[in-house]
Amino acid sequence: MRPRARLAVAIAALAAAALPSSGAEIPLNERRSAYEDMSRDNKSMQDDDTSNPGMLAVLDGEALWSAPAGASGKSCADCHGDAKASMKGVAARYPAFNDNANRPVNLEQRINLSQEQDQKAPTFAYESKEMLALTAYVAMQSRGEPIAPPADPRLQLFIEKGRAAFNQRQGQLNLSCAQCHDDNWGKHLAGNTVPQAHPTGYPIYRLEWQSLGSLQRRLRNCMIGLRAEPYAYGAPEYVDMEVYLMWRARGMTLETPAVRP
Amino acid sequence: MAARTLINVPPKAKRGEVIQIKTLISHIMETGFRHDNVGKPIPRDIITSFVCTYNGETIFEASLYQAIAANPFITFHTVATESGTLAFKWTGDNGFVQEASAKITVG
Amino acid sequence: MDEPLATRRTVLAAIGGAGLALAVRPAQATPETMKSAIRQVVGEAAVKPGRIKLDLPPLVENGNTVAMAVTVDSPMTANDHVKAIHVFTEKNPQPNVISAKLGPRAGKAEIQTRVRLADTETVVAICEMSDGSFWSNTVDVIITLGACLEDPI
Repeated sequence: MRPRARLAVAIAALAAAALPSSGAEIPLNERRSAYEDMSRDNKSMQDDDTSNPGMLAVLDGEALWSAPAGASGKSCADCHGDAKASMKGVAARYPAFNDNANRPVNLEQRINLSQEQDQKAPTFAYESKEMLALTAYVAMQSRGEPIAPPADPRLQLFIEKGRAAFNQRQGQLNLSCAQCHDDNWGKHLAGNTVPQAHPTGYPIYRLEWQSLGSLQRRLRNCMIGLRAEPYAYGAPEYVDMEVYLMWRARGMTLETPAVRP
Repeated sequence: MAARTLINVPPKAKRGEVIQIKTLISHIMETGFRHDNVGKPIPRDIITSFVCTYNGETIFEASLYQAIAANPFITFHTVATESGTLAFKWTGDNGFVQEASAKITVG
Repeated sequence: MDEPLATRRTVLAAIGGAGLALAVRPAQATPETMKSAIRQVVGEAAVKPGRIKLDLPPLVENGNTVAMAVTVDSPMTANDHVKAIHVFTEKNPQPNVISAKLGPRAGKAEIQTRVRLADTETVVAICEMSDGSFWSNTVDVIITLGACLEDPI
């Protein structure tokens, strides 16, 4: 584990080295989680572990963590022990660069890599009950931690790719993410407050879905909302966006499992 | 496959104390009013009834309808009368049955 | 692309949320069907306003999951208690929401749950007391994105 100070300096260096963006980025001290815009009741739903529907998936994930899997007969616990200790901070620093893939991978992909290579088990599809349960369980171990993208120079290219996608107009509505989420956050669209779109609680229990879902599911909803053809689940374009979004949210607190309208 | 449940019962209570019980169960509560992406109706699949017994005696029951949101969350109260077991049973469409229980010590 | 027209239409309808008239809407409950659902529970007894409190947010971000609390001020003794609580809506596809049986063992007449509200509408809560009387309360809720009527993608 890198000492915090070195990490902070590295992140600052990365930020300073970043290319200037086309639109005005939200100043770091003006960033806010969509949690702040929720009604009192929805905030309570998130805050209370005995009533947060995301906790059902966390419990499923806890069970999966100890379940032997695949030809290896090993469970996650067999190598990683108690998730509370071994997984603390992990979700806060994903996506991270993976040497085998030679590009960043997100938490879902990293779990699948472990299943495939280490457990010799079949992988889980995006939005499957098992994948949501495991990512919810693992990410919850970072609840309360600041989002901390690794100070890895190899990520810089992908942060830029994600940033370019964020600022790219797309779809029949010909809007970019930045136009709503950088330029018009806090204003209203169809009665809802436009959030700044930080991935502070994924996988989230979205009331619209009445189930848990990943950041990619949410990104697909956005693209469909713009009347753009969404990429397939697992597309590198999504992971690039995840890299950028986590960088954009650096320092904000992880809330998984969050509730969102 | 068992539906995940999350029950919150205070483990200890004083005799005569009114306690709140919170229950959460994983269930899609498919209303039967939705259509899939080619316009075909998705059949109804909901929990229709929820019963709680306290050492065998029914202390709360509810009939649920499509208007109850997915992953039904239900809270209610009961008087802590004696130590024992609170048993919960959800039943619904397509033969759905799920049970859970929690112990309480009353002194 | 060879997709059936219905797919694109239902996808487009699913996006817009409030306002897009393309979605195929099933039959809605009406004030009449709600009245008859209430009559099925209450019979010919008079329902008086009062005693029961219905807690719902006046403005809802998403009608799919709305926190609701129903409370009746009652000593909950053997002689004076709430026997049942019923909740109805006016514009959901069907009017019943929940019917709960209570009794003196409850200690306190309060239930909480999460409900689906399809449209800006009136929600009615009715309680039946041990003396056979019925009491009601209503809340008007504004929904910015309705439940039930949006198809899955």
